[in-house]
Amino acid sequence: MATNVVAAFESSLGTLDVPCMSTTPDGFIEALTEYIELPAVGVPLGIEGISLEETDATLSPSSQQLVDAKTGITPAALGVAAHGSLLLQSSPTGTEPVSLYPPRHVAVVREGDIVPDVRDALEWLDGEFTDGRRSAVFATGVSATGDMGALVEGVHGPADVRVIIVEDR
Amino acid sequence: MSSDTRRRKAAKIRHLLETEGESVHENTTHFNEERYDAVEEFDDYEAVRAEARAIKEDAIERLPELVETLRDSVEENGGTLYIADDAADANAYIGDVVDEAGGDTVVKSKSMTTEEIEVNEALEANDVDVWETDLGEFVLQVADEAPSHLVGPSLHRTTDDVADLFNRYFDPDEPFETAEQLTEFARDYLGDRIRAADVGMTGANFVLADSGTITLVTNEGNARKCAVTPDTHIAVTGVEKILPSLSDLGPFIELIARSATGQDISQYVSLFSPPTNSPTLDFEDPEAPAFETDGDRSFHLVLIDNGRLAMREDEQLRETLYCIRCGACANSCANFQHVGGHAFGGETYTGGIATGWETGVNGIESADEFNDLCTGCSRCVTACPVKIDIPWINTVVRDRLNHDHDSSEFDFLVEGLTPDEEPARLDLQKRAFGNFETMAKVGSKTAPVSNWILDSSPIRDGMDRLMGIDQRRELPSFRRESLVDWFAARGGNKVRSTDRTAVLYPDVYTNYVLVERGKAAVNVLESLGVEVIIPDVPGSGRAPLSQGMIDTAESKAKQVTDRLRRYIDAGADIVVIEPSDLAMFRRDYEKLLPARAFDMLSENSYEVLEYVFGLLENGAEADALSNADSRLAYHSHCQQRTLGLDAYTEAVFERLGYDVITSDVECCGMAGSFGYKSEYYELSMDVGSTLGDQFSDATDRTIVASGTSCSEQLTDLLSSDVKHPVEILAPDGR
Ligand code: SF4
Repeated sequence: MATNVVAAFESSLGTLDVPCMSTTPDGFIEALTEYIELPAVGVPLGIEGISLEETDATLSPSSQQLVDAKTGITPAALGVAAHGSLLLQSSPTGTEPVSLYPPRHVAVVREGDIVPDVRDALEWLDGEFTDGRRSAVFATGVSATGDMGALVEGVHGPADVRVIIVEDR
Repeated sequence: MSSDTRRRKAAKIRHLLETEGESVHENTTHFNEERYDAVEEFDDYEAVRAEARAIKEDAIERLPELVETLRDSVEENGGTLYIADDAADANAYIGDVVDEAGGDTVVKSKSMTTEEIEVNEALEANDVDVWETDLGEFVLQVADEAPSHLVGPSLHRTTDDVADLFNRYFDPDEPFETAEQLTEFARDYLGDRIRAADVGMTGANFVLADSGTITLVTNEGNARKCAVTPDTHIAVTGVEKILPSLSDLGPFIELIARSATGQDISQYVSLFSPPTNSPTLDFEDPEAPAFETDGDRSFHLVLIDNGRLAMREDEQLRETLYCIRCGACANSCANFQHVGGHAFGGETYTGGIATGWETGVNGIESADEFNDLCTGCSRCVTACPVKIDIPWINTVVRDRLNHDHDSSEFDFLVEGLTPDEEPARLDLQKRAFGNFETMAKVGSKTAPVSNWILDSSPIRDGMDRLMGIDQRRELPSFRRESLVDWFAARGGNKVRSTDRTAVLYPDVYTNYVLVERGKAAVNVLESLGVEVIIPDVPGSGRAPLSQGMIDTAESKAKQVTDRLRRYIDAGADIVVIEPSDLAMFRRDYEKLLPARAFDMLSENSYEVLEYVFGLLENGAEADALSNADSRLAYHSHCQQRTLGLDAYTEAVFERLGYDVITSDVECCGMAGSFGYKSEYYELSMDVGSTLGDQFSDATDRTIVASGTSCSEQLTDLLSSDVKHPVEILAPDGR
């Protein structure tokens, strides 16, 4: 079942043209290096076994660094297999702005945090709401608009989204 | 309506058809097709619609209680809830909040509710700079225009239009040409403003009472930026947007994007329970840490009443409050697809449901201007994710407008002739079309003289002037011998059957005008072994209902049911040729009759090809029917499609080996009387031309249509003979 959900998530990301790769915690740094363009900013991932400390990403950036960053790295609390959505929870460390301002967003999600559908994600979120963590966004693919008469990607949000799935040990 | 008013209306529509029509058509039909695909792939669609509907019904029922729950949770989170009675109240409150925040720049994300209260104008009057950051809204702000669509506010404009506009307004070094260039420019221009803004203003698609959460559904990402970048966030939305809790949100997330644009889910579905714990952003000092975790966020949720609580008390308008503003009713509307929201809309809202919104929030006069553009074709009914009966709301408002109308000097003339249930003040055009049955009866009795008179130019001239019946349309030609008379004269049924008896309903058109299709239906049914009866039954009330004459329609509904009851009691089936009349029996009568009477009639009525399909399934011999005229181009009827009955006609043709191509337009544009009205003639022809184009290569095929209007329209468009499916199937030499 779990592998099916991961495969479905990967396939949805494929439909969205969102590149994705799976890695063990040990291979994380290498995977990340492949996906980021510098300068990069990030927020602490809170995922056991991996960290941004040893990478080139700036944590707690200045506002200039946020504006200049080419890549923002954040954790995703969940991945939603049906649509390839990422559930990004607001955090004091800046998950919302870091996933939104730079033109590329690299999201890191644990394999075990991939759920089949939006309804499953909402159920999980219900518990978070009860615990007082009540802000999150389902982000699916890249920011886009048709308002100028044709579809254009990368409007106010990122034009390029990539996902790293960290395999559970 | 005076003939001058009609001319002005026609001129406005003509202008919009020429300037905005093409872009509106391209975009709305694209959304509409994508919606069909998305819905087809979504297995649980009907169940989820029912779930969403139930949640909205419950939420609106419990609204006062939910407001109080919401107030507690917003305050518990550290924000403020303000309920504004009306636009002035809302704007005064918002003005104060902006003032307190020391705000001279406000950035906004798209919100129809802020359009409704015109908050931009109110803030600008206080020297506050307001920027729309949704690109569509930004285009409108630069152009100083009103939105033409609930979801795509600027979809009436092409890339070239916008490029011209921006080149003139911003005078760039290199003129803009492509959508990419325009988007990049707008993103940077607005990005600067978002970073400098003191206040961010958003709408809210849904508000969750028990957690104080607002939900924002967007594709661009601007709403997220507006909500979290400035320290002060004001969310403005209608009080009807409250849902009880997070557990109620699922169906709406699953439906809103599919219904709006055909996406499975929008790019960003944000759930903010502000003030959020995202750090505030300070872009003024580039070297300082961007994230100030001790920064003070403030949040104000402004819920607008502005007539909504009164709508909640109004049995007929209440349903409007279930609307999630997805725009599907506009995208699935043939008239809207051609003319767009600048004609099909009121002060704020656009599309079919705008009639409900405008009547509720801006007053019924605001709906008067465009209400007639809803022809009742009912295609939006299956499109609406919360199952709102949009045509019914339009009919109710039309009825209310009828009762309000200016008195006409010709009333005395018409009233004697047309004993309907409507007030003397009723618009002459509506009265004429609403009483078509009376006209048809008299016309038939006096045919062919009546036809010569009706066709004479002084009469057509007068009809145009007084009633706005366009001279470019050919009038129906009444037959001296009605179907009922013909059937009696032939000695009634030719087939006796103990198994199956069908009452063939003699709708007004079949009875007095298109008698041949009635005879063909008798022939087809008898060939399949059915005993047929054609009693004299009054018109279904479709004509008066479409003019908003609800009382008259209701009285017809009662007469029809009384007349048909004993046949149904005796075990007969009711077979209907005209789809718009069947739709009365199966859909509209629910609003006009007691439940038992409605159930009796709706459960025992069948569209004629649906009935034929059933007979063939139950062993009737297909060989008894003709398959001679083998190549067909078939156009189903809008209301027939809403009832899901088009498939039966196609299946019968297929079973008999016909080679059939089908149209895929929502409506032919004729829609009963609509295409006869001089103010709408050109729009009707424009809508029809899309259908005409689909069949323009089918010159070697016989054109077949189920509805009277569709046949008239296709005859005008293709200058060709149009047949009803039963005329194709009737064995030769009846
Ligand atoms: S009435 Fe229904 S279809 Fe129309 S905008 Fe509202 S929710 Fe959408």
